[in-house]
Amino acid sequence: MLESINLSKSFGKLKALDHVTVRINAGQAISLVGPNGSGKTTFLKCLLGLVIPDSGSMTLNSQQILGGWDYRRHIGYMPQIGRYPDNMRVGQVFDMVQEIRSGTFDRLDDDLMRAFEVKNFAHKAMRTLSGGTRQKVSACLAFLFNPDVLILDEPTAGLDPVASEILKEKVLVEKAKGKLVLVTSHILSDLEELTTDVMYIIEGKLQFYQSIEQLKSRTGEDKLNRALARIMKQNIVA
Amino acid sequence: MKNLNVQQTIVKYVLYDILQNRIVIGYTLFLGVVSLGLFNLSGDPTKGLVSLLNIVLIVVPLVSIVFSTIHFYNATEFIELLAAQPIRRSVLIWSEFWGLALAMILAVLVGIGIPVALYASNATGLTLVIVAAGLSVVFVSIALLASVLTRDKAKGIGVALLLWFYFALLYDAIVLFLMFSFADYPLEKAMLAFISLNPIDLARVVVLLQMDISALMGYTGALFREFLGTGWGILFAFTMLILWIFAPILLAVRVFRRKDL
Repeated sequence: MLESINLSKSFGKLKALDHVTVRINAGQAISLVGPNGSGKTTFLKCLLGLVIPDSGSMTLNSQQILGGWDYRRHIGYMPQIGRYPDNMRVGQVFDMVQEIRSGTFDRLDDDLMRAFEVKNFAHKAMRTLSGGTRQKVSACLAFLFNPDVLILDEPTAGLDPVASEILKEKVLVEKAKGKLVLVTSHILSDLEELTTDVMYIIEGKLQFYQSIEQLKSRTGEDKLNRALARIMKQNIVA
Repeated sequence: MKNLNVQQTIVKYVLYDILQNRIVIGYTLFLGVVSLGLFNLSGDPTKGLVSLLNIVLIVVPLVSIVFSTIHFYNATEFIELLAAQPIRRSVLIWSEFWGLALAMILAVLVGIGIPVALYASNATGLTLVIVAAGLSVVFVSIALLASVLTRDKAKGIGVALLLWFYFALLYDAIVLFLMFSFADYPLEKAMLAFISLNPIDLARVVVLLQMDISALMGYTGALFREFLGTGWGILFAFTMLILWIFAPILLAVRVFRRKDL
């Protein structure tokens, strides 16, 4: 479903992506793991067309991403930081994105909007919302158009425990429907709950792409965080 | 058709947001108070228009370029979110441009337009309002070009201020310096080109030609009339102003289409 071949991108001297070749099928839920600045967000932004790669190619449902825009109708994106125009009201943000995407989706999925009770703060101006509430708005927008691909960049950072659980439940529901989910997070326990596979990136290079089960049996650990810690240590030794 | 609808949608919401901005409201009020004050102080509407022209040529470019730059940087994350929707990048940047431009035009129409309509509702007054609106759009356009070219917010605002300083103050000094340095050579035609390279000078010349006050026109204005006559002079200056609106934004669209967000 999603395929990248030799995808490379540098920002000045920094190599954010270095010949990343990967093939991901629908129904998979992928964790992108790696240290800060290792290229996880750059990979997601290439998929969204926000960052233009230097070389290599990327396709979604065998549609070329470079230069395209219509393919984004299949994507729901929850950014790391959600900032919205100060004076826009919550309800208006939803109206606006719905108007922009009109005709590009089959049905609206307002499960999250109901779960987060967006109605209760729909009249508030965006500047008055707390960081966590803005994250709720971002999450609702990502799921609203029932997209085939969900891109969640640090989804639970800033959310309270209740909201975080609601969001994770929703991700699992969508995953069970056979959607492709890409998540970055530093909270490994979340990733272990949500995803089936791990893409591990260091300095723009894809170190490995394996299922969590394989990873655990390879390292002999029963927790994702321990398994990853062991691999990181081995890397340093080697 | 779809692109146009999407663009109208975004412009609508961007404009709605900007019009509630305190700086824009304050700017409109400021223009209104200054215009009313100048007309009341000078008694003669023509004198009032001349004083207003001098304020407009300094304040309108400054507010337009600085506000647009700050707005664009503050909207970085929002622009990123919109760029992740199934729309073209060019639609997005054009929407930001029209949202900002319409807001600045509205501020001018209310703040300057209403007082001018009350005190000096003649061709010159109308020209001043149109020129102020045009100048606003020129500097929104320049602001967006500067913003897409610089990544850092502080640097971007610095560049915006420098550009304003250059067009509003420095440029005339450079032209004067050149004039005196090369006083022995026939520079008239070169001067015409020099004026065209500064939208603020163009705006001044348009209004002064319309007013037909030779004494106030200065060297450049007199040259304009000598070479082109009043009618052609105004037409030429207007055409150049329109070029100044579209050249920077077209370049900005080109850059933005391949920019990493």
